[in-house]
Amino acid sequence: MSGNIEPILMPKWGLAMEEGMLVEWQVEEGDAIEKGQEIADIETTKITNAFESPLTGQLRRFVTMDGETVPVGFLLAVCAAEDVDDAEIDGFVRDFKDNFVLDEAAAGAAEPETVEIEPGQSIRYMAIGSDDSEPILFVHGFGGGFDNWMLNQEALSEDFRTYAIDLPGHGGSTKQVGDGELATLTDMLHSFMSVMKIERAHLVGHSMGGGIALDLATRYPSQVASLSLIAPVGFGPDINMEYIDGFITQTRARKLRAVIELLVDDPTGISPDMIEEIIKYKRLDGVGPALELLRDKIMPSGQQAAELKDRLEDLVAPTQIIWGRNDRIIPASHADGLPDRFKIQIYDDTGHMPHMERANEVNALISAIAKS
Amino acid sequence: MSVKSYRQALNEAIYQEMERDERVVVMGEDIAGGMGAPGEDDAWGGVLGVTKGLMPKFGRDRVLDTPISESAFIGCAAGAAATGLRPVAELMFVDFMGVCFDQIFNQAAKFRYMFGGKAVTPLVIRTMYGAGFRAASQHSQCLYPLFTHIPGLKVALPSNAYEAKGLMTQAIRDDDPVVIFEHKAMYDEEMEVPDEAYGIPFGEANVTREGDDVTLVAFGRMVNLANDAADSLKASGITCTVVDPRTTSPLDTETILETVSETGRLVVIDEAHPRCNMATDVSALVSQEIFSDLKAPVKMVTAPHCPVPFSPALEDLYIPSTAKIEAAVREVLGKGH
Repeated sequence: MSGNIEPILMPKWGLAMEEGMLVEWQVEEGDAIEKGQEIADIETTKITNAFESPLTGQLRRFVTMDGETVPVGFLLAVCAAEDVDDAEIDGFVRDFKDNFVLDEAAAGAAEPETVEIEPGQSIRYMAIGSDDSEPILFVHGFGGGFDNWMLNQEALSEDFRTYAIDLPGHGGSTKQVGDGELATLTDMLHSFMSVMKIERAHLVGHSMGGGIALDLATRYPSQVASLSLIAPVGFGPDINMEYIDGFITQTRARKLRAVIELLVDDPTGISPDMIEEIIKYKRLDGVGPALELLRDKIMPSGQQAAELKDRLEDLVAPTQIIWGRNDRIIPASHADGLPDRFKIQIYDDTGHMPHMERANEVNALISAIAKS
Repeated sequence: MSVKSYRQALNEAIYQEMERDERVVVMGEDIAGGMGAPGEDDAWGGVLGVTKGLMPKFGRDRVLDTPISESAFIGCAAGAAATGLRPVAELMFVDFMGVCFDQIFNQAAKFRYMFGGKAVTPLVIRTMYGAGFRAASQHSQCLYPLFTHIPGLKVALPSNAYEAKGLMTQAIRDDDPVVIFEHKAMYDEEMEVPDEAYGIPFGEANVTREGDDVTLVAFGRMVNLANDAADSLKASGITCTVVDPRTTSPLDTETILETVSETGRLVVIDEAHPRCNMATDVSALVSQEIFSDLKAPVKMVTAPHCPVPFSPALEDLYIPSTAKIEAAVREVLGKGH
């Protein structure tokens, strides 16, 4: 294999992705491309998203063309220096195609598991990455699930043992949320860590999950190695109840879609399958009452109950706060005036889901703070 | 979440509701099998095995093999519903329903109305329908339009395993009589179905495809054919919206009218005979409410007005097909398609 020829492969975004369609290349053959540059749009059954180049180099050859659907791990394009001749690239592509075998793990063999934290109360989680690596624990927000980290978990599992959970009341976990207080969810997350023997982890929390992660970090400081909070609750009173109430009450795809679109700056990537999955989740016995209780306790009378900003002073773990400037659920202004010792990253043209909308950049931030 | 067949999904719904609520009982011919006879218990689990496993778990008191008398056990189920139980009665083939129309049309469907709202009738009647099983004209009909016609009855037609579990659960929890139509050619069709219990609200259509050119409204098993036709037409640059109303009574007229207004064209697919079926009902609804939004006449794809043939070749010809749906779509789109 030529050392100076580098492949660009179809990424795997989330548990269910087996193949993807290359909607359109955003660069030309012959272009110099940089790591992190958006080079193509890729569509899965769940989402259409910009694909960012995993490497820096000269893009010499498109192998998968606009509109083509290929399996995860298949060759999309080839990068090589100018002095590599075309015949060598032809040979590389031919060898790749001849030797390509469907990756069983990529083809859906990875499955979430469940563990009991109390008798009759189970938590569903997805674990990826080597047992020997340091753990990262992802905590989603209100109405979310472990698959919210589809663009992050796989990428970070190369260097870390990653866990993404379904919080109580969500996904495949118990629908019992106790008294519905944020601190109760923190207790349940802590029980999960104990049962799983995760002594210390890098916590990544989004929205309500950000509040839980911060709560856990101040109550159990020795167990949190670093903290990445993405558009967290607890930094101010504002929360968009149009979203929260709409999420709970809308049962039809079209009306729910209008609600879900509030999450992101550019809603074109939200697929009908993603909406359908949320509807199916909401139909499960116990979900409606669980979500209503969480709303009533965590966002009573249309405002956030948790005031966690003061707790930042007690934090010992390295902490960063990530927000989208166009967040329509919790305003990015909640990150104003935070102490200088925290890294604050605000992304333009980004909504409430920076970990999906700016996946590569957020992954780099998480990786950096966890390795520091 | 795991892969389950339409049959397993129905079984799981009944099982979970029996576990949750001890008032839920099941009854019907051979739904366990072997009652009062020296042979094997639970040998059948219903004629196509949907209720298998319920009797060993819940016992003979809650899983009742009945005599071969539809009028007797459907009447019994209606009375049991009115007096506090939540019976799920299996009436094998819908074709046999005629002998107990009085129990269904005049009793179960009317209790709530005739007793001034003071009586509820949480009765579920499960029944098999549809052609393609080589079972000839007395075991293959699609008689859901007859039941849709009667106020006081709810009628559900699950189009896949996920729908089957959710609609069955909802039917058992509903306080009115519900007739649930199971297509006998779908029992082995599999898909991902949640292990947890869930209900799907009645009267909420499922939009399974979104397109710009033509709206396809399809019922029961025909939803899958409509989806296939829509997927295949995409290659010709034709995009279709597909609507699965899920229940014919109540009927989600709002979603039908909204999606037909958007495309301006309607093809209705119904496996029932074409006089007074769901296709005529939806056509009438659309022509009455949104005639001015239509860009082309409404087209119906249905079985012909003749008994279901016993000849396999003729039976295949009788049932609406993906090819017929595609042809109808091209026809309403006019020249050049």
